Amino acid sequence: MSKVLILADFVGTKATKTNAELATAGARIGEVTAVVFAPVGQGSTYAAAINRGPIAKIIVVESDAFAANGVAAVADVLAQIIAAQSPAAVLVASHAFGKEVAARTAVKAGSGIITDAVDVSADITATQLVFGGSTTVHSKVSHGTPIITVRPNSVDANTTESTPSVETLSFSVSDASKKATVTSSQPPVQGGRPELTEANIVVSGGRGTNGDFSAVENFADVLGAAVGASRAATDAGWYPHSYQVGQTGKTVSPQLYVANGISGAIQHRAGMQTSKTIVVVNKDPEAPLFEIADFGVVGDLFAVLPKATEGIKAHKS
Amino acid sequence: MKIAVCVKQVPDSWAEKKMVNGILDRENVDAVLNDLDEYAVEEALRIAEAHGGNEEGGGNIITVISMGPERATEAVRKALSMGVNDAILVTDPKLAGADALATSAVLAAVIEKGGFDLVICGTESTDARMSVVPAMLAERLNAAQLTFASKVDVDPVAGKVSITRVTEAGVDEMHAQFPCVISVVEKINEPRYPSFKGIMAAKKKTIESRDLVAVGVSAEGAWSLVADATPRPARATGIKVTDDGTGGEQLVSFLAEKKLI
Repeated sequence: MSKVLILADFVGTKATKTNAELATAGARIGEVTAVVFAPVGQGSTYAAAINRGPIAKIIVVESDAFAANGVAAVADVLAQIIAAQSPAAVLVASHAFGKEVAARTAVKAGSGIITDAVDVSADITATQLVFGGSTTVHSKVSHGTPIITVRPNSVDANTTESTPSVETLSFSVSDASKKATVTSSQPPVQGGRPELTEANIVVSGGRGTNGDFSAVENFADVLGAAVGASRAATDAGWYPHSYQVGQTGKTVSPQLYVANGISGAIQHRAGMQTSKTIVVVNKDPEAPLFEIADFGVVGDLFAVLPKATEGIKAHKS
Repeated sequence: MKIAVCVKQVPDSWAEKKMVNGILDRENVDAVLNDLDEYAVEEALRIAEAHGGNEEGGGNIITVISMGPERATEAVRKALSMGVNDAILVTDPKLAGADALATSAVLAAVIEKGGFDLVICGTESTDARMSVVPAMLAERLNAAQLTFASKVDVDPVAGKVSITRVTEAGVDEMHAQFPCVISVVEKINEPRYPSFKGIMAAKKKTIESRDLVAVGVSAEGAWSLVADATPRPARATGIKVTDDGTGGEQLVSFLAEKKLI
């Protein structure tokens, strides 16, 4: 049976739910081995966190270079594992770090690369949504071991518990991969909310908030949602840039996207129009975002959202 | 310092984009300098200006490097009018449909030949949006990778660069010795508008055109191929209500009906 490698995804020491998604896609192609890169002495702790999804085996490599030298060190060892294991495909989470690791690994391994897949089929065809989600593309890697990055939250994950076998292997990180040094790392400040690109629900605010995100945040919190912002809002300094949804910010594809006071420039649409259900609240009945809304409320977000927040609290109790 | 800035000409963000035979149709759309590359050009100028400038005798030279069809000279010219010294455009019909691997191989070959201390890129192009070329360049050039920088400090005497890296995984402080490949996020700076003087000066600056033979790289073709591309159906028009005081409740009912709460 052919073998598929997935690069285990962690935020700090916490395994993300993307692992089960990568494993689910990978299991269509072959037996899934998760590759876990951990600091020295912490391999078994990291490996134990990879326990959901159809994962048959875990390969653990311990090195302090992964944290100290980042992308280059991880790609160095991943390429060595590919050479040793000859997998049918390698799947990696599609975020900044994952895409960069995939990029360097593809160069080292002499392999084609596809990024931002929303699905991968048994014959290793990747589905991508391009041009702001307006076009569906199917593509295949035609050279070397296919290296594919898969967007979090895109694949319907099989999250049954798994008890993979664990093997610890040792590889050395070359000096060429230690040229950049990380001196400190701060995890993202989440304020207890889910990560934007992983969240099932995203509630976002734009120009219409006039800089006051309290109604948006309260509504997000009652839904257990992540908070996003339009470029107008982040440019005005009303919300941190890292929360920007749109062409030059994050691309999100949640079950539910609630846009508040966002007119819906193409720039913003490009980052959210593949959301399953779209709700729009805006004072301006002509706001272009209403065109793609499943449910729209023409009204003041400061009137609509507090009532909706109360309504959801009542619904839950 | 020798600074290379990699830029790409892309279809205007507002233009409707289409695929023809599995390749983005670049001919029939308005094309501009990739927005995110303007931050790279600006950062290169600021780094040079902080350390003697890039005018004659200033000790720094900034070269823009691009790959694309002839018309990409327009995008390159914009970078020149912002104040970059000169430019190299790799243009060859064999490069049509090149993927990120081929693009990075071409750019790396040009950069290597020129010698450099710093290579500065935007984080991604607004057309392909892969965000992989800077990492591939670092790999190919055997240079330090300092990407997704929201702040760059250069010490030319020590040959050292320190950056603040900002991604969804958090904030990292990183440093490395020359040579480095840097990518910068928007927000690192506010790109300048070309001045009239800059636009006039840019007309006299050299854009050296090279084909693949001159670069010394053979075209391998793309290592990933598009099987099909289909426009997605437009979303069906949904329900739209006007808030008469019950908009909030109606919204909750909709979410309950859809089992989203």
